[in-house]
Amino acid sequence: MFLGVDIGSTTSKAVILDSKLNILSASVINTGTGTLGPEKTVKAVLSKAGLNEKEIQYSVVTGYGRMTYQKADKQITEISCHARGTFFLKPNARTIIDIGGQDAKVIRLDEDGRVKNFAMNDKCAAGTGRFLEVMARILDCRINRLSVLSQKATEEINISNTCTVFAESEVISQLAAGVKRENVAKGAHKAVAKRVAGLAGRIGVEPDVVMTGGVALNKSVVDALEQEIKEKVTVLKKPQIVGALGAALYAFEMIDM
Amino acid sequence: MKESKTSKQLLQELLNQHYEEALEAKKSGELVAWSTSIAPQEFLETMDIKVVYPENHAAAIGARKCAQEFIDNSEARGYSIDLCSYARVNIGYMDIKESVAGNIPMPDFIFCCNNICNTVIKWYENIAKELHIPMILFDLPFNHTYEVPDHSVKYIRGQFENAIVQLEEISGKKFDYDRFKEVMKISSETAKWWKQASNEAAARPSPLNGFDLFNYMATIVCMRGKKEGLNLFKLWAEELHDKAKRKEGPWKDAEEKYRVMWDGIACWPYLSDTYKVLKKNGINMVTSTYPDSWSIIYDSNDLDGMARAYSSNYANRNLEFGADNIVKLVEDFSLDGIIFHSNRSCKLMDFRQYEVQRKVSRRTGIPSVIFDGDQTDPRAFSLAQYETRIQALVEMMEQKKKERANRE
Ligand code: SF4
Repeated sequence: MFLGVDIGSTTSKAVILDSKLNILSASVINTGTGTLGPEKTVKAVLSKAGLNEKEIQYSVVTGYGRMTYQKADKQITEISCHARGTFFLKPNARTIIDIGGQDAKVIRLDEDGRVKNFAMNDKCAAGTGRFLEVMARILDCRINRLSVLSQKATEEINISNTCTVFAESEVISQLAAGVKRENVAKGAHKAVAKRVAGLAGRIGVEPDVVMTGGVALNKSVVDALEQEIKEKVTVLKKPQIVGALGAALYAFEMIDM
Repeated sequence: MKESKTSKQLLQELLNQHYEEALEAKKSGELVAWSTSIAPQEFLETMDIKVVYPENHAAAIGARKCAQEFIDNSEARGYSIDLCSYARVNIGYMDIKESVAGNIPMPDFIFCCNNICNTVIKWYENIAKELHIPMILFDLPFNHTYEVPDHSVKYIRGQFENAIVQLEEISGKKFDYDRFKEVMKISSETAKWWKQASNEAAARPSPLNGFDLFNYMATIVCMRGKKEGLNLFKLWAEELHDKAKRKEGPWKDAEEKYRVMWDGIACWPYLSDTYKVLKKNGINMVTSTYPDSWSIIYDSNDLDGMARAYSSNYANRNLEFGADNIVKLVEDFSLDGIIFHSNRSCKLMDFRQYEVQRKVSRRTGIPSVIFDGDQTDPRAFSLAQYETRIQALVEMMEQKKKERANRE
């Protein structure tokens, strides 16, 4: 059995594979770095699969918190793991867009699933899940309802500031000026999409485009992204666990080789 | 018998001497100039005018991890956070005048050459205004053509001639043309040896640990026109050559697994952190765009040649040249990858970075990464993010190595 753990800034994910590369179990816990989240998610994924720790032959950790997690046999970057996980699920993928809680990245793959190039944004919250969280708060809306709110928009407004703090005050003045919440919500999704499309433009977009990461569950972002990059964007079934899956696949290779 | 010194020891001595002499000169009422890092120092050296380099000094302050105090000072006085952090550190220093990284005397005049960027014009103009001192400006137009056009050479030469007059006025001394000829010769020679030394890193494994380039750089900036500088670089080149002959790599305790170039300035406040991440992964930075920046080589007594040479540095050349230059480094130094420092301070260097990366990757196929940082502002860098990028680079380089091995 092979374990992959992906420790992000806001969530911890884990996947267990058997030696035929079937996914035995997966878990997502809403706590990121620190010891608690990763431990909980590993426990959860083990118990779901009905396994104990000793049955794991090899484990790989990835993600922002990979350096501080001591229990894995090896650590590999989230860039390689997302590439591996995505390619496994969708061999036609050539561009991966991954938007997480605190960063956004775009990865280009070649025909064999190898990383050709990547671009990352993480010095700034614009274009990340954090930006949407801030917007949801101002709009007094639960984060998982933000997309639904935005689908009711009657008009498209522009949020011109890329800086999250500036955008926050911009939105507050728009609300004060009577702009409807749903229209602002739509503008917020568009702002994220624009920012990520810019990142993608830097290294070029080649179909198929696949989206991973928690923000992929937000339909409004996906729609807006499709508009911005003018390509169809496929969302994998469980977009959050792709990095952990990639890590588990690497774990398998370590033993298999 | 006197024991012979290593170039590293000599380097430190020369740097100390450089700063001491400048402070001494100031005390005894001699003129002191502040100059940009790739300026025609030949004129100052000929007139025996002591000069210090604020960029060097700011880098030293950054490396001693005490830049923040100076940055806070200049920002509080209204300088924008978007301004180059060398400028912010230097302007802060003008007010504070005291640093554990060493002190420099205040200038009597400014010697500014914009072949590195246009930020320096306003930065130095502000100093000149604030201190009511004269400024000698060399305007070296950006080369939109591949080579330096003749009309620029003419324009720059005219400024050289004018600078001599300005210097005579400021110092009240006559310009000694014979001495000038001599200084030109030494400067070109020193530049040749600097280039020669850095070329030794082409050997596999490289005898040079590339982060040393960052240290020696301080001396190529301030000692280029001096015999001592010449001797230093000769010695360094010889040391490296011997090491290469013995097939010694950059480290005693680790093997050189990957060879990369570093584009841009170091992250001075995190010099050892950034270095350790590379070493841990067996990455040796064998070259950068720096060696060429100071290989200012021309025939003695050829003012036109000198004008052309000063306008030929990487930063002042067009995109095509920039890409060609790096492609050549990839070949000459057998590079496995490239690390681009996206430096918040240096708009000039960042401006074309993405496109250079694209062009180089298309032509050479080697992997590269861009990380965000700043040369002296400690607030604009995250070690974890840097490490992720470097590790991703390693994963890509490893992949390429495997493919190559499979093919062979
Ligand atoms: S770091 Fe860049 S902006 Fe600052 S002085 Fe040097 S070339 Fe100019």
